Amino acid sequence: MLAYAIRRFGQSIFVLVLMSFLVFVGVYAIGNPVELLVNPQADEAERLRATAALGLDKPFLEQYWVFLKGAASGDLGRSFVFNVPALGLILEKLPATIELAVVAMVMAILAGIPLGLIAGLKPDSFIGRGIMAGSILGFSLPTFWVGLVLIMIFSVYLGWLPSNGRGETVMLAGIPVSFMTADGLAHLAMPAFNLALFKLSLLIRLTRAGAREAVLQDYVKFARAKGLSQSRVIGVHVLKNILIPIVTVIGLELGSVIAFAIVTESIFAWPGTGKLLIDSINQLDRPVIVAYLLVIVTLFIAINFVVDVLYSLLDPRVRLGSTASAH
Amino acid sequence: MSYSSDGPWARFRADFAESRLAMIGLALLTMVIVIGLLAPVISPQNPYDLAQLDVMDSKLAPGENSAEGKTYWLGTDDQGRDMLSGIFYGLRISLGVGIASTVLALAAGLVLGLVAAYFGGWVDTLIMRIVDIQLSFPAILIALILLAVLGQGVDKIVIALVTVQWAYYARTVRSAALVERQKEYIEAARVLALKQGRIVFRHLLPNCLPPLIVVATVQVAHAIALEATLSFLGLGLPITEPSLGLLISNGFQYLLSGKYWISFYPGLALLLTIMAINLVADQLRDVLNPRLRK
Repeated sequence: MLAYAIRRFGQSIFVLVLMSFLVFVGVYAIGNPVELLVNPQADEAERLRATAALGLDKPFLEQYWVFLKGAASGDLGRSFVFNVPALGLILEKLPATIELAVVAMVMAILAGIPLGLIAGLKPDSFIGRGIMAGSILGFSLPTFWVGLVLIMIFSVYLGWLPSNGRGETVMLAGIPVSFMTADGLAHLAMPAFNLALFKLSLLIRLTRAGAREAVLQDYVKFARAKGLSQSRVIGVHVLKNILIPIVTVIGLELGSVIAFAIVTESIFAWPGTGKLLIDSINQLDRPVIVAYLLVIVTLFIAINFVVDVLYSLLDPRVRLGSTASAH
Repeated sequence: MSYSSDGPWARFRADFAESRLAMIGLALLTMVIVIGLLAPVISPQNPYDLAQLDVMDSKLAPGENSAEGKTYWLGTDDQGRDMLSGIFYGLRISLGVGIASTVLALAAGLVLGLVAAYFGGWVDTLIMRIVDIQLSFPAILIALILLAVLGQGVDKIVIALVTVQWAYYARTVRSAALVERQKEYIEAARVLALKQGRIVFRHLLPNCLPPLIVVATVQVAHAIALEATLSFLGLGLPITEPSLGLLISNGFQYLLSGKYWISFYPGLALLLTIMAINLVADQLRDVLNPRLRK
């Protein structure tokens, strides 16, 4: 287990450095940020001064080396546009994104698993078919399209829900959150549902497939034969056995929810990291783009690692690493 | 059901036609493709010829008439552009980008997946490791970064879509090819001392195609949706070549003031296109899967 963790850690660092290099090469090729930052009337001397101030006059590899040295000590450079540390800028916006992602995931789980169970236990009923049709829709509709329709219905025509921003926030352990106030909840409802829809459809399909297989197994027949109630058979025997792949997918999808939040945040003007990324791309704010990617990739790697470990704890048949299987 | 002796194509057609929903999807898809192909012929106006636009006609509601008595069935946008014509041209671009990127990604993934499966060893490890790393990141994130680096343009978005899609095909082909290459006909071809290229492309490849066709149809829909999303975010196509996504994005700012049609109708066209492709793909999956054959 420890050897596995160490090897995984080594691999993760390798992927991280590789990603940082690729991104750095790529971002280095995007236009010249000095053009955007300096007054258009500025003369050549002022341009050169600005270029030197940003460290952009050095050769590429030296810029990368300076960046790596900084990154090792937690300094991912300063935003060209805001002139504050890029990492700080992202960490400041991260709680909004995480709140959105977590609420979306919770919505997907709370609705997806029960709906999937119903569809799996009664696959040919009207309700079962309806749920599946809904999940196919949820799969094929582009996220931004659904967001648009939500705004059209709930903000423009019904006027029930606000279409942008986070609303009123309160501090929870020093972090501003929206879900504790009524106004915040109203602001959260549409973006969270929008982001949840795809994962909801995925969970419905997974749960349905698992349930359809599980009800045919001998242990379910045995539990029924013992005279256990339907709710106990489904809630304990079936659910426990189909939960393993579901937990894995939930874990793995958490990362992609954060990535997809880029789209949702842009539609609903949710002040999170995704919106920051799009703004930074438009303003050629290189350090923020690089820092965003590194933070997201680190988050991804960490989530994958935790999921792998949890998986081995949930399912005793899974052994991590090849060395363990020798025993 | 009775099959005549018309061969595999007739059987394939008969199997496909069994689902009414799939036939509706196919009809819809055919219609959308024909509209895309004929857009310059059937559109009431060329929406990107500025001489044909009249700013006086801007933001007219669906069904309203212009000063000269032209009827805009789906309304006009902020520049007085006929939305119906805009959608026809947009479909053309969306479909073109989706199909082109899928074909290119299919070709790249096909070759790399076959090579990985046929040669095995370090070639296989290298290719599949790249596939694994790439697939562990969401497509939208990779495409977004690529476009941030490459800039706007039809060619750029095709490059980005190919880059995010090839890995799916490589993985699908490889797993199909690994099963196929164990079979006797490959062994027979080897015994006949055929050239490796011939074995891979004439014997192995045709037998790996069915799962690929299914993945490719679904991926066309994904590519179109992804392109629309990226264009919506302002990172895909330039305003001179507006796809459906860009039309939707353009109308988004007027949505809150109740001028829904500028975004809604392009959105509806996008939705119908994606649904049609998915319906066809679903039926193809069932028809091409030998395990489901009755």
